Amino acid sequence: MTEDWQNGGFGLYIHWPFCEAKCPYCDFNSHVSRTIDQRAWRDAYLSELARAAAETPGRVLNAVYFGGGTPSLMDPDTVADIITAIRSHWPHANDLEITLEANPGSVEAGRFRAYNSAGVNRISMGVQALNDTDLKRLGRIHTANEALIAFDIARDTFDRVSFDLIYGRQEQSAADWRSELKQALSLAIDHISLYQLTIESGTAFGDRYALGKLRGLPNDDLGADMFEMTQDICGAAGMPAYEVSNHARDGAQSRHNMIYWRYGDYIGIGPGAHGRLTLNGQKHATVCFSNPNRWLIGARDGQTEQPREALSRADQAAEFLMMGLRLREGVDRERFETLSGTSLDTDQIADLVNLGFLEVGKDRITVSNQGVIIMNSVIEALIPAE
Amino acid sequence: MTPLSHIRNFSIVAHIDHGKSTLADRLIQSTNTVADRDMKEQMLDSMDIERERGITIKAQTVRINYTAKDGEEYILNLIDTPGHVDFAYEVSRSMRAVEGSLLVVDSTQGVEAQTLANVYHAIEADHEIVPVLNKIDLPASDCDRVAEQIEDVIGIDATGAIRVSAKTGVGIEDTLEAIVTHLPAPKGTLDAPLKAMLVDSWYDSYLGVIVLVRIMDGQLRKGDRIRMMQNGSVHHVDRIGVFRPQMTEIDTLGPGEIGFLTASIKQVRDTRVGDTITHEKKGTDTALPGFKPSQPVVFCGLFPVDSAEFEDLRDAIEKLALNDASFSFEMETSAALGFGFRCGFLGLLHLEVIRDRIEREYDIDLITTAPSVIYHIHMKDGEMMELHNPADMPDLTLVDHLEEPRIKATILVPDDYLGDVLKLCQDRRGIQEDLTYAGSRAMVVYDLPLNEVVFDFYDRLKSVTKGYASFDYQMMGYRQDNLVKMSILVNDEPVDALSTMVHRDRAEGRGRAMVEKLKDLIPRHMFKIPIQAAIGGKVIARETLSAMRKDVTAKCYGGDATRKRKLLDKQKAGKKKMRQFGKVDIPQEAFISALKMDG
Repeated sequence: MTEDWQNGGFGLYIHWPFCEAKCPYCDFNSHVSRTIDQRAWRDAYLSELARAAAETPGRVLNAVYFGGGTPSLMDPDTVADIITAIRSHWPHANDLEITLEANPGSVEAGRFRAYNSAGVNRISMGVQALNDTDLKRLGRIHTANEALIAFDIARDTFDRVSFDLIYGRQEQSAADWRSELKQALSLAIDHISLYQLTIESGTAFGDRYALGKLRGLPNDDLGADMFEMTQDICGAAGMPAYEVSNHARDGAQSRHNMIYWRYGDYIGIGPGAHGRLTLNGQKHATVCFSNPNRWLIGARDGQTEQPREALSRADQAAEFLMMGLRLREGVDRERFETLSGTSLDTDQIADLVNLGFLEVGKDRITVSNQGVIIMNSVIEALIPAE
Repeated sequence: MTPLSHIRNFSIVAHIDHGKSTLADRLIQSTNTVADRDMKEQMLDSMDIERERGITIKAQTVRINYTAKDGEEYILNLIDTPGHVDFAYEVSRSMRAVEGSLLVVDSTQGVEAQTLANVYHAIEADHEIVPVLNKIDLPASDCDRVAEQIEDVIGIDATGAIRVSAKTGVGIEDTLEAIVTHLPAPKGTLDAPLKAMLVDSWYDSYLGVIVLVRIMDGQLRKGDRIRMMQNGSVHHVDRIGVFRPQMTEIDTLGPGEIGFLTASIKQVRDTRVGDTITHEKKGTDTALPGFKPSQPVVFCGLFPVDSAEFEDLRDAIEKLALNDASFSFEMETSAALGFGFRCGFLGLLHLEVIRDRIEREYDIDLITTAPSVIYHIHMKDGEMMELHNPADMPDLTLVDHLEEPRIKATILVPDDYLGDVLKLCQDRRGIQEDLTYAGSRAMVVYDLPLNEVVFDFYDRLKSVTKGYASFDYQMMGYRQDNLVKMSILVNDEPVDALSTMVHRDRAEGRGRAMVEKLKDLIPRHMFKIPIQAAIGGKVIARETLSAMRKDVTAKCYGGDATRKRKLLDKQKAGKKKMRQFGKVDIPQEAFISALKMDG
């Protein structure tokens, strides 16, 4: 019997929780630490991998992703040992996608070749901005020029390179963003992620925002205009959005991230890492302890996770829509019905279609170009009431 | 039983925040009525809402034992009364049960409108009045000026006014002594047939109805069979006692004493306040004068946000009504809001208190519709009907004219703010009746339509005078005026719960203000929403709420799924707190906030 997760695939996420400096906008689980015992961490990842493999024997692994934190602070040897272990634990295709997130600093760039030798075949660089003033405001410790040099090295080393930019920054006009985006597209290889700056609570920006001290942020109208402009420019450059904030040339989508959005199963290893894991026909949400030391100590005897949450059909249905409708390919209605045990409200769909926010094909429903910018409301309207 | 000469019954009259509750606390504390470890702030305000808002809603009683300087032990019965105008009726009846009052005036502030209103109740009840100047510990205290003001404005001798700091305890002993020496002992005859005044009653889930009584003549004992003179009902007294301030059972209550009885009475409605209680056999023939019942003056609809909670709401309202005979209700259906209740209140504070209690004690989210007064509709056929709800306005072709209730409002204000107060009263269709000065304070008297006051008049008054004005009012009867029903349409659908009665000349302004407010109160939707105010079929104001521009999460990866799903659940739960009208979600607070005027 096929299980639902197989529609989305199976991936592995490794979280490296350390950064050289914490960025003011970042709400990921990252910590600044002077001393990191690379050997202890390597051993912990290896034992956790063995534990995860024992739970998922025989599954074909589609993608691996090293995220953080700043995984480009990992010793290439550590990365190599982890990848070797992964290849030995799970069957996988020859072209298994292995992505590593990297800071575009000179030190990291010096390790790119070694990561490549370790088995990393795709790199995702946190460039964030192409001018030094904005990089400083974003708390980044690299310069625009360093990023360009690192990017050249990455391009020479890896077949697949992606980079991130943040827009909707303080004091950024639509015209500023247009010229920066055009420059970015001239550099881009096959993939680019373009995020509107989001002020998250619990971050330094969040605190400043709450005090009314984060000035010059775009209002919703300017934010919406910038988003629409971004879609147009990227589409014209042959890098259309395949997800809300992700653009790629045909076939160059992030296979790992597609597992999330297509609502597959994924194992999360490392402090604060989340997973979705179907065991005995029941999908679970898993989450590891976010405190690095707690996780590291727990790894000695396989106690790194908080209690797992068995996801109800309603939870799964909500997550399926929430993730799947982000993709331009939309979601399969029949899959939704099988997963949730209910069907979507046809009146609600008709309303959203009439408003121009939803498109209904033979088997799939898709958020329209016009609807993407208010996608959260569209999804909320579609999720069946409890 | 205590001899009459050793009993003193009194109440405390004060404006809000002048320190009435603190003074009561000190009197209780300094006589060791309550052990120090059991003492809490505002001892007599037992409801959470009373403590939070710093107001007294229900009258409360405490019996204090005090050994005076003459070496004799006295019993002092304090009835603490509400200060707010909504509960003026409770004040006046509590006053009838005692012989004297402490008039507490904040020596940094002076006489305020509530001081006046309440002191008049005391004077009407023939009280001996002892002025107390409170807060003398504060640097701004000016006892001489305030004493002079008491003499000027109220007309009572304040030369012997006691100077007190309820906060530090200075003057508390003097106050207790003054109660004994200045206030008269109660009168009454021990051998006469029982005659007891029913001062108040409330429901207790363990004991049933608790009746607060003042014995005028005779004796009340546990086990007696008593008769309520108004309806003739007979009850067996199973408990009598006094408040210290917790209930303490005793065997007998004699003339002049104040205490409680329980007699397995099921409903507060069976105990008419002001009634005379006597013995079933050998009772008195002459009842006490009694009080006229209080009448609700402000009406509004209460609807559950979740229509499935209608029965819970009925249950909550019935339970609250058990304890509050001044609160009326009847079932109401609204096209937009479904089933609910039309409720009548003594005033806006009373409304808010009941609403808060339903939401808090019974955990029901409510939609409160626009408060309305009772209009008199004179039909062409000569009939007169009362209109409690603008939604029930009859066909205009059948209506001859409308009348609305008016009030006489008394406002005291420092003269710096007089202009603002006059402007506010004029804006609210007021007619000035009097303007006098007492020192640097002006006293203005206005004839105002009640419907201009029930809503946010007091809030506006406080804001234009930075809190320095005080306000009180009394009902003055009905007068004809040019009144119309204004409807509100949201996304082209009328929302009956937002209909209001307005004066024709003010309709455009009110309509404009309401649609502008609603534009801010209703969240943006995926589509644009027209919001209109109309009289009959004619639109008099219109705004358009534009469609939302941006609502999308930039980053959503594997680690975000759980958090975003929970956020979505929370948003969906938040939506449940709104009511859907057609395709538009209107937040519950919009129904009240839309009516608040800024000018």
